[in-house]
Amino acid sequence: MTATPPAKPIKKRKIKLDEHLLAYRGVWVFIENERGHVHPVSWELMGQGRQLAEQLQVELCAVVMGAPGAELDALCESAFHYGADRCYRVASPVLRLYRNEPFTQALTGLVNAHKPEILLLGATALGRDLAGSVATTLKTGLTADCTELAIDPEDRCLLSTRPTFGGSLLCTIVTLNYRPQMATVRHRVMPMPEPQPERRGLIVDFDPGLVEDNVVTRLLEFLPDSQDNTPHLPYAEIVVSGGKGLGKAENFRLVWALADVLGAEVGATRAAIHAGWISADRQVGQTGKTVRPALYIAAGISGAIQHRVGMEASDCIIAINSDPNAPIFDFAHYGIVGDCVQVLPALTRAFARHLGKPVKEIA
Amino acid sequence: MHIVVCIKQVPDSAHIRVHPVTNTIMRQGVPAIINPYDLFAIEAALRLKDRLGGHVTVMSMGPTQAEPALRKAISLGCDDAILVTDRVFAGADTLATSYVLASAIRTLGQERPVDLVFTGKQTIDGDTAQVGPGIARRLDMQLLTYVSRIVEVDPAKRSIVVERRAEGGVQVLQTALPALVTMLEGSNEVRFASTPDMFRAVRATVRHWDRNDAGIEDIKQVGLKGSPTIVSRVFGPTPRAEKARQVPFDPADPDSTAASLLEQLLADVPKVRKELEQRRSPS
Repeated sequence: MTATPPAKPIKKRKIKLDEHLLAYRGVWVFIENERGHVHPVSWELMGQGRQLAEQLQVELCAVVMGAPGAELDALCESAFHYGADRCYRVASPVLRLYRNEPFTQALTGLVNAHKPEILLLGATALGRDLAGSVATTLKTGLTADCTELAIDPEDRCLLSTRPTFGGSLLCTIVTLNYRPQMATVRHRVMPMPEPQPERRGLIVDFDPGLVEDNVVTRLLEFLPDSQDNTPHLPYAEIVVSGGKGLGKAENFRLVWALADVLGAEVGATRAAIHAGWISADRQVGQTGKTVRPALYIAAGISGAIQHRVGMEASDCIIAINSDPNAPIFDFAHYGIVGDCVQVLPALTRAFARHLGKPVKEIA
Repeated sequence: MHIVVCIKQVPDSAHIRVHPVTNTIMRQGVPAIINPYDLFAIEAALRLKDRLGGHVTVMSMGPTQAEPALRKAISLGCDDAILVTDRVFAGADTLATSYVLASAIRTLGQERPVDLVFTGKQTIDGDTAQVGPGIARRLDMQLLTYVSRIVEVDPAKRSIVVERRAEGGVQVLQTALPALVTMLEGSNEVRFASTPDMFRAVRATVRHWDRNDAGIEDIKQVGLKGSPTIVSRVFGPTPRAEKARQVPFDPADPDSTAASLLEQLLADVPKVRKELEQRRSPS
């Protein structure tokens, strides 16, 4: 979300770094990999990190951690393709699977040894668990779920913008006289960069000095999610979402019916989920999923920031709301001021006819 | 077993309105509630107490106005409540907050050793999910975040087994007490207050701890002073340069609205046209 220039100049807080903090240089991205699979948010962050590093005229470094082997080495190569100048390889059998304690120790040790000014992680279950622990151990600032990252050209500070007050406003957060500046960003908030297969870089090994016997927590088992039940919202090309404006839980079936005809994923607002109308894994927004579909149909959604940040990268947004003053009409591309209970079935009929699908009447 | 539950009183975000001109939060009349995610933490603690016996202390850092949240927790069945409150705590970010709560838990542990700390996965006002991990690190406790189920707690063996929500699946983790657990929403069904507990809550003493009671050692690490991050500005979102193109709607004829919208989509948005093309049934 781009910010409007402030009406009056902000009182600028001068941030003067202590001598020992001036040594902190470079932008780092933690590459999240579990069971041989890199979380795509890491590559998205590399794209963003590249821009920050260029503005600061410093190196972009990837941090890869895991069990030693060909898989980890291949990960370093991929990091170069996605823009890294340097890759810190932290190899230890203790790091084979994620556990908070050894990963916190390893990443904290690496930061203390090589001193980055910015450290970015994905706002995933793993990334938030790790970032919160590392920031506390390092006693530095951490900003969660940023929707925009920029550099203040005057003092090189990272400007982290995120929704605030339950997602009703945005705020820009800066880290004072502490380094590194840490931030997490959610999946799909930043665009995915194009990999450049010819790119190469420098691998730097770091020994975290971990011993398995000193780690208290044991991973007894991993139960993978069944693939069919989980919604594939982040990569859906058409999403139909419902909010409290639908009026009651039963009306959500109108959303499902339209999604069914369109071959779309179903999303929802936080309010609809808190009302118990639909399962939590379908939440779109700051505390749910971020989507970037070609078409987003918002039914009975007012357009609070908390929802907006999760869907405004959609190519085309259609808003249906009975309140003509709903904020969603400020950023949707097409608006229909009307009752979803009437509009949704009409859209379902129109799309079904266009797509040559049977028109089912929904009572 | 001594279980501490850390909770926060938050404004009910469903009632927050932003002033359309000044872009400031309109606080009047916004009800304060227990952070909804924290209710799952309270319930998890109470279930363990039901099963294994023990003592549940609920704790919050906040202004004196936060006392009703703690009283509500007592009405649900918590034994004891501590409000960690001092003017010097104001303006704290997550790092400074975790310092205060960790100090208070450490001090409480001198009265009665703490085996488990529960928190919600995050708050609905800050949404950071950082205070729980921060407390765990400061107290050198084992950290278990996003826990969907407590499988087993064995006080004799000092061990806990949980299911933790991870990317693409669930981790079954075993660790040693003392541990800090952040509970996922929907992980249990939150109980209603019983009548005797409601009476007890009215009469109960909520202890107020200032910086000295909480055992704060370094005053420079609390409040605004102890916070590495500051909010440099708060602002509203930018409307798009052009408002939504309105498709006129006549309640008597919704189908023509739908037809007109579809026509515009096909004519003006190539990406949507392409997506629809791929979805056409072969006829």
